[in-house]
Amino acid sequence: MTQPIVELRQVTKSFGPVDVLKGVDLVAHAGRVTALVGDNGAGKSTLIKGLAGVQPYDGGEVLFDGQAVSLHHPREAARLGIEVVYQDLALCDNLDIVQNMFLGREELASGTFDEGRMEAEAARALQTLSVKTVKSLRQKVASLSGGQRQTVAIARSVVKKATVVILDEPTAALGVAQTAQVLDLVRRLADSGVAVIIISHNLQDVFAVADDISVLYLGTMTARLVAKDTNPADVVGYITGTTRMTEVDA
Amino acid sequence: MSAEVDSEGPAVAAADDAPSLLGKGGHGGVGDAVRAYLQRVRGGDMGPLPAVGGLVVLVVIFAIANPLFLTERNIANLFTQAAPLVTLGMALVFVLLLGEIDLSAGVTFGVAMGVFVKLTQPGGMAWPLALLVALGIGVAVGAFIGFFVARIGVPSFVVSLGLFLGLQGVMLVIIGAGGTYRLIPSPIRAIQNQNLPPWAGWTMLAVVLALLLAVALLDRRRRAASGAPNPPASIMYAKLGVIAALGAFIVFYLNQDRGTAARSLEGVPIVVPLVLLILMVGTYVLDRTRFGRYIYAIGGNTEAARRAGVNVTLVKWSAFVVCSVLAVVAGVFTVSKVGSADAAMGREIVLSGVAAAVVGGVSLFGGRGRLVHAVIGATVIAVITNGMGLLKFSAGANLAVTGGVLVLAATVDALARKRSGATGV
Ligand SMILES: Nc1ncnc2c1ncn2[C@@H]1O[C@H](COP(=O)(O)OP(=O)(O)OP(=O)(O)O)[C@@H](O)[C@H]1O
Ligand SMILES: [Mg+2]
Repeated sequence: MTQPIVELRQVTKSFGPVDVLKGVDLVAHAGRVTALVGDNGAGKSTLIKGLAGVQPYDGGEVLFDGQAVSLHHPREAARLGIEVVYQDLALCDNLDIVQNMFLGREELASGTFDEGRMEAEAARALQTLSVKTVKSLRQKVASLSGGQRQTVAIARSVVKKATVVILDEPTAALGVAQTAQVLDLVRRLADSGVAVIIISHNLQDVFAVADDISVLYLGTMTARLVAKDTNPADVVGYITGTTRMTEVDA
Repeated sequence: MSAEVDSEGPAVAAADDAPSLLGKGGHGGVGDAVRAYLQRVRGGDMGPLPAVGGLVVLVVIFAIANPLFLTERNIANLFTQAAPLVTLGMALVFVLLLGEIDLSAGVTFGVAMGVFVKLTQPGGMAWPLALLVALGIGVAVGAFIGFFVARIGVPSFVVSLGLFLGLQGVMLVIIGAGGTYRLIPSPIRAIQNQNLPPWAGWTMLAVVLALLLAVALLDRRRRAASGAPNPPASIMYAKLGVIAALGAFIVFYLNQDRGTAARSLEGVPIVVPLVLLILMVGTYVLDRTRFGRYIYAIGGNTEAARRAGVNVTLVKWSAFVVCSVLAVVAGVFTVSKVGSADAAMGREIVLSGVAAAVVGGVSLFGGRGRLVHAVIGATVIAVITNGMGLLKFSAGANLAVTGGVLVLAATVDALARKRSGATGV
């Protein structure tokens, strides 16, 4: 397989005496969806917070495009094009779609907002994701449905050239139709050349969208599988720890 | 930026199955824009509409009830009476937008003005220096509140309540119970007691209109250059036309001689352009700079703002400083009007300031409201005070009516929101 865009090697993280990540390996490839699964408390969120630069790892190595990089601040992650879509608390209800998509990285022209440019770029981002469900870019986010909000949150991650997009349980609060919509969007995101890492507890969703599946069990990566070569029963086995992988092979 | 306006916009890769989102949402014709606005209003986003309606009703009632109300002299008086409350209301908007409050804004300006007036007694400090000291007190108080709220996480209600009490003590020490100091520096007295020459009033209006037009045109050019659609130009001109007509009416009115046979008195009070300046600069900051946008973002969803890379602590802190400094400016307008400072200065006004903002449509939950809303709300309250004073109602009746209007405004807002099922934004 080609060189992964992101590779974690033996990363560790402890909170005091508690070792949450005990030497974890993870790879993500451009154009592929990698699902990160594991039981509650396995360390999934901790793993991606390290990638986002929010909560740096204690040890191990992060390779970006083959180069060792430091991820000690959200800014360093942003510079590499690593974007995180958090499941909750991701948008400001009182701002409109464009304002949310550019929050924290507004385009300026001679000291003030270049609203026209932001609006045009937001439209382009939504278009590349083939989003058709929002009526107006100047709608307040408060008036959107859960799926539309998730759409905006995902589009927010690609408005600036993203290389890796990480989604933490993007469908947890959504109904059937909206879940399908968001998974569709995730697929298109990967097809546009982005490496997508998606965390989910829903194996149906995982098998619907993922190319690769990585299973985290109590702070160690117990399986790295290709989705089309495995099945939900096996994955459940790895998640609950009843099946152990003898060999991890990428 | 290119002066060439490309109506097609840059190469927006038009995916076949995804129609462009640009050009939707009220950027079509005038009809679309009006429909979009009506939809917003129906959706519970009424903004200052109820307050404007209320203002018109109040003015009509008072004009009918007492012919003195619409005299040139009373209208000029109304402007100078309203100026401190308008300014304090605008100050509070900066923290209300965060979902915070500053109950000490009034006594902050009380202390600052107490110090100012005392420093500028005959033989004292030069007034510009003393003014800097007063503004410095504003910065210090704002930074103090901001530290406890933004850094430590103490609720602003509590911190500013503590200061509200504590600063009254400071006032007593500075001024002494029952003591009063006369305001000496004539430039400060002039703010509320002297007027622009008539030509300067017209110039002020022309400058304001030119600025608004320039900003609007620049915006349109920029949007066109990026390929983003512009709302119909006719709407922009209609808005400017309304402002021009209203402004011309007011300037014309205030330029009439309202003096006595012995001494003529005419022109726009000096405080008016100062308030306008604060309104325009403040609106610019809130609408077009990161600081302003982040204030709204924090008021809407603090955690989302933090994750988007916003320095929440710094923005909150700064907003409290802006609030306190503008409060001191409101204090300057107050001493200028009253002509002296005593130990009770600013104690009463702060809740009226909050009321002004809320009546005008600013949300106490944060994230929603504009400076001009506070201006309209403060004007409503000032009109009630002035009109009921002319009708010889007692101060008690005046307070009762003001309170009633506040509850009414909040109720109208709550009902509008409830009907639309909108969240507290
Ligand atoms: N800041 C922290 N301090 C102490 N312990 C922590 C901290 N953050 C996470 N942990 C612990 O690390 C472990 C892994 O947490 P993490 O949130 O990464 O799990 P997860 O796999 O995302 O679980 P879930 O599926 O429930 O979201 C948990 O036992 C948790 O209690
Ligand atoms: Mg988690």
